[in-house]
Parts: sequence; C-alpha cells; structure tokens
Amino acid sequence: MSQDSTRPTSVDQTLVGRTYLPTETYEVTRERIAEFAAATAATHPAHTDLAAARALGHTDVVAPPTFAVLLAQRAEQVYVASPESGIDFSRVVHAEEQFTHHRPIVAGDRLRTVVHVDKILERGPITLVTTRAEISDGADPVATVVSTLAVRGPEEDAA
Amino acid sequence: MSAPALSSLETGQELFSRTVEVDRERLVRYAGASGDRNPIHYDAAFAESVGLPGVIAHGMLTMGLGASAVAEWAGDPGAVIDYGVRFTRPVQVPPTPGSAEVQIAGTAGPVDSAAGTVRVDLTVTSAGVTVLAKARATVRLG
Repeated sequence: MSQDSTRPTSVDQTLVGRTYLPTETYEVTRERIAEFAAATAATHPAHTDLAAARALGHTDVVAPPTFAVLLAQRAEQVYVASPESGIDFSRVVHAEEQFTHHRPIVAGDRLRTVVHVDKILERGPITLVTTRAEISDGADPVATVVSTLAVRGPEEDAA
Repeated sequence: MSAPALSSLETGQELFSRTVEVDRERLVRYAGASGDRNPIHYDAAFAESVGLPGVIAHGMLTMGLGASAVAEWAGDPGAVIDYGVRFTRPVQVPPTPGSAEVQIAGTAGPVDSAAGTVRVDLTVTSAGVTVLAKARATVRLG
C-alpha cells in the first residue's frame, strides 16, 4: 500500500462530508427488543409487556435507549468496511458514542439509516473517525447516533 | 417504577446504584442481540493476539448496562432522550464460572425545569477503574 509516511494511519481524510445511503429497511420486532433488553440487564416491563408499554403512552413495546446501535453499526459498516475508507478494522477501538432520541423506538417500526462521515482527526499515532447515523421511519427522524472510532497506527505495535 | 418528580431533584443528589455481573454468557447474549460478533468478546487467544489482556466486554454492552439503570430509575425507557459516553478502559471478563462486576451509580446533574428534563451523570467502574467517562443521560420527566 502506498501511503504518506508522515501520516499515522491509512484513513482517507478526503471522505469527510460523504454520505452513505441506507442499504435496507430494518424492521424492529418484539423479539429483538426482548433479546437486547435481556442482554443489557434492562428490567423495565415496557421492554417486554405490551400493557406496561401502552400504560406509558407507547404504541408497542419500547426498545432500550442503546438499541439504535444495532441499526447504526450495521449502516456504519458500509463506510467503515469499504476499501475506500482506508480503515483497518483490526486496529479499531470504540472511543465515544452518543444517542439522541427524537422519539422512542418501538416494535413495528420500519427504520432506515443514513450515515454521514462528519470528522476525521489525527491525534499522534491515532486517527479519530466520527460518523453520524441518522435513523428515520421514512417520514420523520427517530434517532441520531454519533460514533467515534479510534484507529491505531502501525507504530503503536512497537509498544 | 413510577417517574420521579422533577421538582424533587437537586443537583448532586444520588439517584440510584446497581452492580451487574458480566460473565461470558452475557457477552454471547449481547453478541447475538447486537450483531457485534467480534472474537475479542469470546476468544481469549484471539484477544491476546491483538494486544488485549484477554476477553473484554463490548463497550456498547457496558454502555447499555448504564442505560438500563437510568431507564429503570426514570420509570420509562422512552424518557431517556439523550445518552453519551466516552470509552476509557475495557471490562475484562474471566472464563466461566468467573465474572466481572460492573458498578453503576447515577447522580442528578442540572435540572432544566422549562424543558422538563434532568441530566443524569453516571459513574461506571469495574475492578476499581472507571470504564466509561463523561457518561451522561438526559431524561424527560416533565
């Protein structure tokens, strides 16, 4: 791979501002919500009990607050795993994550996700890549997920 | 499990704390539920080959445990309108039958009466070290 030796990683900085369109519609099911809730020790009945969810004003069972990661990471992969990104995924660690819910995600939602490459910053041997996943139900925004990955450069291996 | 009253909250007030056991079974469950099947979360030899001390929990699992504690306190998972963290250290998970403990504590941050929201600041530690920094949720209670 030809690479400028002064740069810490092969991440392509010219992709800032790029948008990756959704590849498929994701259908949220009660089963998926129940599985995610059990895995994350989420014990609130509104995740699994329709009556409890409706008593709170929701149309169906409610997803845990970080459930949207399932959609965001799937969509981010379109960029992160692409050859053009220059990201070596074996050198990636998760640095930051932020969820903003415009409304709760509930079972029955059919969601689409668009990924934007917002920032690429070099910090010594690390390149920080920030993406923003905009999740919508086709008509209205549902959640915004901002994720920062830290990509380690090869010289880190000397440590 | 009813919602706390916004007017009863004061900045700095301790709101809740819980400890969650994280064992390999939980990692497998989270891998299945989230679709994140990176072998660093179940294969010790692989984890060590990429410079880790052993099997570690998904950062997003740890973040999710924090969200679950906030959601339960709030009385409605849909009330958590914003939640962000910085991942500082991984949670190391020993082989079965062992487990790691993740400690989660929530404190009230600023109350925004006009918006009907409170910021909940989380302290999340394992084996005495902070694993999530700047862990903050905004909860709508109004």
